[in-house]
Amino acid sequence: MAAYIVRRLLSTVLVMVLVGVFVFLLLHIAPGDPAAIIAGNNATPAEITAIRHELGLSDPLTVQFARWFWDLLHGNFGISIFSDTPVITLIGQRLPATLSLTALTIGFAVILAVAAGVVAAWKAGGLLDGLLMGFAALGFSTPVFVVGYFLIYLFAIRLHWLPVEGYVPLREGAWPWLSHLILPAIALGLAYVALIARITRASMLEVLAEDYIRTARAKGASNSSVLFRHALKNAGVPIVTVIGIGVALLISGVVVTETVFNIPGVGRLAVDAITNRDYPIIQGVMVIFSGAYVVINLLVDLSYALIDPRVRY
Amino acid sequence: MSEALVTAAPARRPIGAARFLRRNARIAIGGGIVLLMIVLAAAAPLVAGDPNSMNPMIRLEAPSAQYWFGTDNLGRDVFARTLYGGQVSLAIGFSVAILAVAGGILIGLLAGYYRRVDALVMRVMDGLMAIPAILLAIALVALTSGGIVIVVIAILLPELPREVRLVRAIVLSAREQPFVEAAIAGGARTRKILIRHILPSTFAPLTVQGTYVCASSILVEAALSFLGAGVPPSIPTWGNMIASSQLYLGLAPWTIFFPGVALAVLVLAVNLLGDGLRDWLDPRLSRRQ
Repeated sequence: MAAYIVRRLLSTVLVMVLVGVFVFLLLHIAPGDPAAIIAGNNATPAEITAIRHELGLSDPLTVQFARWFWDLLHGNFGISIFSDTPVITLIGQRLPATLSLTALTIGFAVILAVAAGVVAAWKAGGLLDGLLMGFAALGFSTPVFVVGYFLIYLFAIRLHWLPVEGYVPLREGAWPWLSHLILPAIALGLAYVALIARITRASMLEVLAEDYIRTARAKGASNSSVLFRHALKNAGVPIVTVIGIGVALLISGVVVTETVFNIPGVGRLAVDAITNRDYPIIQGVMVIFSGAYVVINLLVDLSYALIDPRVRY
Repeated sequence: MSEALVTAAPARRPIGAARFLRRNARIAIGGGIVLLMIVLAAAAPLVAGDPNSMNPMIRLEAPSAQYWFGTDNLGRDVFARTLYGGQVSLAIGFSVAILAVAGGILIGLLAGYYRRVDALVMRVMDGLMAIPAILLAIALVALTSGGIVIVVIAILLPELPREVRLVRAIVLSAREQPFVEAAIAGGARTRKILIRHILPSTFAPLTVQGTYVCASSILVEAALSFLGAGVPPSIPTWGNMIASSQLYLGLAPWTIFFPGVALAVLVLAVNLLGDGLRDWLDPRLSRRQ
């Protein structure tokens, strides 16, 4: 067990270093002179040289990488070109909104998806199963921004139930905070719900065909006891795996959702940086989001033993 | 379901096209819609006017006999723009799918067969997979001047690891098969073993996987266009149509409704086609799903 954890941690570190290499190399293998592109069309040669110097582009590649990675490890993500503020400060300011949105989304999505998947497996082949899986197929195919504008049109513009856009910090009240996040969380979570529900159903169907489920039914266990205590527990590993892998879907979705609903989060920070070609910001956001994905999947891997005592590493 | 299982061996026992499509409803419906959309997108110059012609006299007009899908805030025909936008979605979806499958075969065969490169290649793939597609694309577009090729590369790179893993897994299990051992014992060269004996077993799963890649590429392209990090705004796409109309959602919902629905229907159809192909090509898998 301990050996497995150490091995898994080492491979996580390795993947993070590789992500660092990619993010770093991107700036250097991209065609054209990044300094000139970042400086914009009207830049003078002196300005371009200044930016090249600022990004350290005139040093050897290995030196640049070592310096960049060393800074990264110390939480120094560079300075935003446009606003002259450390990138880590900008990301820090935007983090509460993004964390609120993603935590809420993951919370509601996992509960809803697992419930829907269990019900669909229980009623497999029936009308309810067909409806749930049809809905899942639709949810998986509709892009976040289309769902988002549909929700805004219906619940904010037509019905006036919820605000159109924006974000209110939690300290200004629980309802204002929540009401601004309900529509974004649904738009962001739909594809995630669809993904998890489909895997839950598939995994449940496999377990429900096992002998011990028949035994449980034979000894008179109630339906809910069979589904949740006997079946769901044993169907858990693939479900948790997909919850982890699906985070990639969420991360790309966050960037779009924050744009649709005008939420000042980390994803929006990256989108706004496109127009200014503020590359240090984009680099920083890539590292943060990739890191989140890798760490969450590490936790998922380590959780297998908790879910299923049969798992021995 | 047992009906579908019988059709699993169509190559040996040919059945009529009509019967095949009836038994594989998802291939028929999904494939039919995709085909229809290809025809509509290809016929755009014949059936629709100029997607970029602006007319301030007809701004934000509701759908009518003349403008089936209405007009947008610059007085452009939403119907024409929706048809032309389909060209971009389909072109990018299919080219990324083809490139991902080709790249997956090449890298996956090498990694699966040559154990020495395997560990390195797979770690690189893990790293690529960890970078969110949309952020990678944003970075590439911010660094270069953008364009369709950059968009294709940006969507392709994070998709590639899945195909490589799939091919590698097939190669690893095929290597242990008696017919491969026999080929090795018979003195066949490595390249011949890979191409003649192992490659064919990747075709069925890759066809299914390629369809899913196509669907997700269409979604990512639309998101990129929406964020302003996709193809140049002078080319109408479903994503940038929605982005440029977002302020008029309350006033002229049709400017967002039609490209949005087109996008969802196309992706749904491609996914449906993928599910159908999976059921047909791998009945063992379909029983579980």
